[in-house]
Amino acid sequence: MITLLKNGRIYDPAHGKDGVNADIYIRDGRIVAKPADYEKVDQTYDLSGKVVMAGAIDMHSHIGGGKVNIARMMLPEYQEKHQQKQAQELKGLSEPEAHICSPHCSHHATPSTTDTGFRYIEMGYTAAFEPAISPVNARQAHLEMGDTPMIDKGGYAMLGNDDYFLRLLADKKDQKAINDYVAWILHATQAIGIKVVNPGGINAFKFNQRRLNLDENNVHYQVSAREILQSLSRAVHDLGIAKPLHVHCNNLGAAGNFATTLDTMSASSGLPMHLTHIQFHSYGTEGDKKFSSAAAQIAEALNKNKHITADVGQILFGQTVTASGDSMMQHLNAKHANPKKSVIMDIECDAGCGVLPFKYRDQNYVNALQWAIGLELFLSVEDPWRIFLTTDHPNGAPFTSYPHLIRLLMDKAFRNEAFAKLNLDAQAMSNLTSLEREYSLYEIAIMTRAGAGKLIGLNDRGHLGIGAAADITVYTDQTDREAMFARPDYVFKNGELVVRNGSVVKVVWGVTHTAKPAFDIGVEKDLKDYFDRYQTMQLDNFKISNDEISSDGRGQVVTHQNNKE
Amino acid sequence: MNNQNHNAVPLNATCPACGLLCDDVTLSLTPELSLQNGCTKGIHFFEDAFNTSASASPLLAGKSTNLETAINAAAEILANSKQALFAGLGTEVQGMRNIMSLAKKTNATLDHIHSESTVSNTRTMQNSGWLTTTLAEVKNRADVILAIGTDITSTHPRFFEKLAWNTDSLFDKPSPELIFLGAPEASAKENAAPDGKEPTIIPAKITQLPEVINALNSLLNGKKINVETVAGIPTNTLISLIEKLRTAKYAVIVWSASALKIPHAELTIQSIVQLISKLNENSRAAGLPLNSGDGDSSVNNVSTWLSGYPTRSRFNNGIPVYDTYHFATAKQLASCDALLWISTFNPYPAPNTQAPVIVIGHPDTKFERMPDVFIPVGIPGVDHNGQMFRMDSSITLPLKKLRDTNLPGLSEVIGKIEAKLSNRMIDGTAA
Repeated sequence: MITLLKNGRIYDPAHGKDGVNADIYIRDGRIVAKPADYEKVDQTYDLSGKVVMAGAIDMHSHIGGGKVNIARMMLPEYQEKHQQKQAQELKGLSEPEAHICSPHCSHHATPSTTDTGFRYIEMGYTAAFEPAISPVNARQAHLEMGDTPMIDKGGYAMLGNDDYFLRLLADKKDQKAINDYVAWILHATQAIGIKVVNPGGINAFKFNQRRLNLDENNVHYQVSAREILQSLSRAVHDLGIAKPLHVHCNNLGAAGNFATTLDTMSASSGLPMHLTHIQFHSYGTEGDKKFSSAAAQIAEALNKNKHITADVGQILFGQTVTASGDSMMQHLNAKHANPKKSVIMDIECDAGCGVLPFKYRDQNYVNALQWAIGLELFLSVEDPWRIFLTTDHPNGAPFTSYPHLIRLLMDKAFRNEAFAKLNLDAQAMSNLTSLEREYSLYEIAIMTRAGAGKLIGLNDRGHLGIGAAADITVYTDQTDREAMFARPDYVFKNGELVVRNGSVVKVVWGVTHTAKPAFDIGVEKDLKDYFDRYQTMQLDNFKISNDEISSDGRGQVVTHQNNKE
Repeated sequence: MNNQNHNAVPLNATCPACGLLCDDVTLSLTPELSLQNGCTKGIHFFEDAFNTSASASPLLAGKSTNLETAINAAAEILANSKQALFAGLGTEVQGMRNIMSLAKKTNATLDHIHSESTVSNTRTMQNSGWLTTTLAEVKNRADVILAIGTDITSTHPRFFEKLAWNTDSLFDKPSPELIFLGAPEASAKENAAPDGKEPTIIPAKITQLPEVINALNSLLNGKKINVETVAGIPTNTLISLIEKLRTAKYAVIVWSASALKIPHAELTIQSIVQLISKLNENSRAAGLPLNSGDGDSSVNNVSTWLSGYPTRSRFNNGIPVYDTYHFATAKQLASCDALLWISTFNPYPAPNTQAPVIVIGHPDTKFERMPDVFIPVGIPGVDHNGQMFRMDSSITLPLKKLRDTNLPGLSEVIGKIEAKLSNRMIDGTAA
C-alpha cells in the first residue's frame, strides 16, 4: 500500500529542508522514493500549506520505572484534581492553574502509562526516552513502557553510583574491564544509553556524606566524581555507543553550582558528553538573595565546547513533582517540598531515588529566576543541534507544556509579556528581555527531531529521508505557536494515521530502542561471583530478555548499530 | 503427586510464597519434592502447588463444565452487573494487567485481600512520605536492625539468614545487632545469630506501640521523659535504644503493617517514619516495610501505573476513582451485584455475599457456599511464567513455569471474559 502526503511544507533539518514544498511517499511504514507511474497510490492527503515534520522525539522524560510510579502512588490528589479539571474543560469551565500556563497545558505531572502515550502522540511526539533506569529496576521500567501505547520508547541505564562499578574504579581495574561491564549493563537492561546521576554522590549519601563536589572523594571508595565521569565517558566512547554519556551533574539545584557544571564540561577530556537539565545546574550566588543566573557563563561554555550537548529542563509554573535518582540532593531539598512530603530511597547497592512534589510559583524569587534562566539558556546557546527542548518531565513541568514552551521560544512578545508578570526582584536579575532571538520552525525541528534522533543514534527516526520510519507530524501554520504545536492535524506512526485533529484515531504500540555493543562475556564470571556474594537476586534474573518485552505481542526490541560497526 | 513432568533435573525457581521472592531456590521432584535454599513457607507452598490437580475442571453451579461454558457464564454475570467487586486479587503482574482492563470495561471496584494492612503503609507514604531501603542495602550495610511489632521470620522466614547472617558483605561489617520491640517474644528470641549472639528483646504489647514510638521520637528530639517506664519499658532502655540508632552507621527499622492490628496502625507507622526521618538529619537510617503477600506489591504497582492509583479503587465510566475507606471488600460485599474473587497463589475461599460469585483461582480452592462459576487456573511460578514485585518494590523478578498442566493462566481466562464482553457490546446483546 502506498500513501502520498502531497505538497506539504517540509521541515527536515537532517536533509537541510527548510520549508520546501514536496511530496512524501510511504510504503510498508517507511518513507520511499516516488514510485513508478504504474504503481497505484492508495491514499492521498493534500497537505498544501501545512507544516510537515518528522515525529518529535523527547530525549529526556521520566515516563516509567520505580520513581515515576512512586510519584503517582504518593500523589493521589493530583489524579483527582486532574480529573476535575478535565471535567471542567468538558463543560468549558477551564481555568489555567497559573496565569502564564495556558489551557492547552493539562499540567498533569503524574499521568498513567496510557495517558502518557496518548498525550505525547496528540502533540506529534512519536518517541520518548526514560533517562534514569536504575539497572536493578529495569524490568519495572520496561513493564511500564510496555504499557505505554502510541510511541516508541527507550532508556538510559544509570551507572556510577553502583558498588560494582565503584569497586572496579577503586581497584584500578583497566578500561577494558569497565567497558565490558558498561556494555553488559546495556544488554542486561535493554537500554540505549548510559547515564550518571550526581557521580559518586548517591553512593556517598549511603555513607552519610551530604554533598559531593566534582573533585571530592567518595569517602569509602576514595574516588572522585571526576574520575567516575572520565571512566564512563571513555567507556561509552570506546564501545561506540552513539548516545554520549548522559550526565546529571553534582550539586543539583544548589546556588553557585554553575562552577561545578563548567568543571564537569572539562572532565570528559574532549570526549562527547551530554549535560542534562542544565537549567538546574546554572545557578550563581550573586545578589542580595545569593541566588542568580549563570546562564550566560554556561551558554558561553556550551558555545565554545563543541563536544558538549545539553538539554534544558525548563521549569514552568504550577504544581508538579520532582522525581530524581539523586537521593543525596533530593534529601537535602526535601524541606522545599510542596505539599510537604518526600519519598527517599537507597536502592540495592545500585542507585537511589528521591521523589518530592514541588510547586513553582511565579511570585517566588527563585522559581521566577529558574524560569528565566532556562529561557536565557535556550536563547543564548547558538547551535540548535546541541541543545534540546525538555522540561525534565515531570521535574520542571509536565511534558504536556511543550507547546507553551515552544511559543515562549518562538514569540518574543509573548515571552516578554510573561516575564513582566514575574517576581520583580527576579526580573531585575535577568537579561531575558535583552535577548531578541526567536526560534524558527527549522530550529524547533532540529531541537525536537533531527538533533534528538542524531544524538541518541536513531538512524531511521527524527528525519524524513528515504528509508526513514514514517513517523510524521502535520501542523497547521498558526501565529499562536502554542495552539499550533498542541494540536497537529495529522500524526502518522510507521505510516499509519494515528491522530487526526489532535485526537487519537488508532491505538498502536511502539518499539523499544536499544544499543548492544559487543563485549567480552568473560565479565560475567566476576559478576556472577559478585551477585552470589553480595546481591539478593540471581545474575540471570537481573538480565531482561527480548522475549520479556515482546511476548505480549505488542512490544518489540530494536537494536541500533553503534558507531563502531 | 500429580506433577506431570517427573523431572530428575533440579529446577531453578523463584518462590512467591513471601515478599522476599527468593530466586536462589532449587527444586527436586524425585524421589520426593525437596527444596534447596527453601524455607518452611516455601516448601509448604510448593508441596501444595504440586499436589493440586493439574487438570481440575471448571464448575458451573457446582457441576463440572468446560472452560468456554464457564467463561460465558462469568461474562454473563459481569455483563449484568453495574457494581461488580473484584476482590482477593492474589496474582502477579500479567494477571493484574488483564484484571485492570476488565475492571475498566465493567466499572468494577478493586480491592486486594491484604489491603487492610497495605493501606496503612500507602496512606502514610501519601501523607508524609518516607525514607526506605531495599534488601541488598540491608544485607551489605545494616549494623542495627530494629524490628517493631514483628519477629519478621514468621512471615519472611529467610530474612535473617539472607540479610543479616551473611558472611560476605561489601563493606566488611560485623553482623547487625538485632532488636525486637513489641514482637512476639518466643519467636523473636529464636533469631539468634549463628555465632550465638542473642537478639535484644524489648517486650511491649502491640496496643502500646504508639506510646513507645512516640516516646522514642520525644527522646530523639532531645526531650526529657519524666517517668521511669513507658508502657512498662524502663525509660533507660528507650534512651539506650535511641543511642544505638543514632550511632549506627546504617540503622534499618522494619515494621509489618499486617502485624499492627490496632485502630491507630496508620498513625503508628507515621510515628516510625518520623523517627527515621529525624535520624537522617545527622546519621543514616532507613525503613523497610514488610509486605503481606499474595502479590500485594505487584498488584499495587500495576494498578498505579495503569490507572494512577493503587488499590482500593474503582472505575466509574472508565475513569479511575480512589477511596481507601469505602472501597474495602468488607464494605462492598453488601452493595456489590457481582463478586469476582481471584486467588491464584493460595486456595483462599471467597467471602460471603448475596451477589452472584465468580471464583478464578487456585485449583484446590474449597467452598463453603458453591460459587456460580469456578474456574481453576494455574499457579504463577509453578504452572506458568509471570513477573512479580518483591516486598521492596524496586525489584521485579521472573516467575518460572515448573510443570506442564492443562490449567489455563489467569491472564488468559480474564482476557477471554473481556473478549466475550466486547463481543456482546458489539452484538448489542448486552443488557
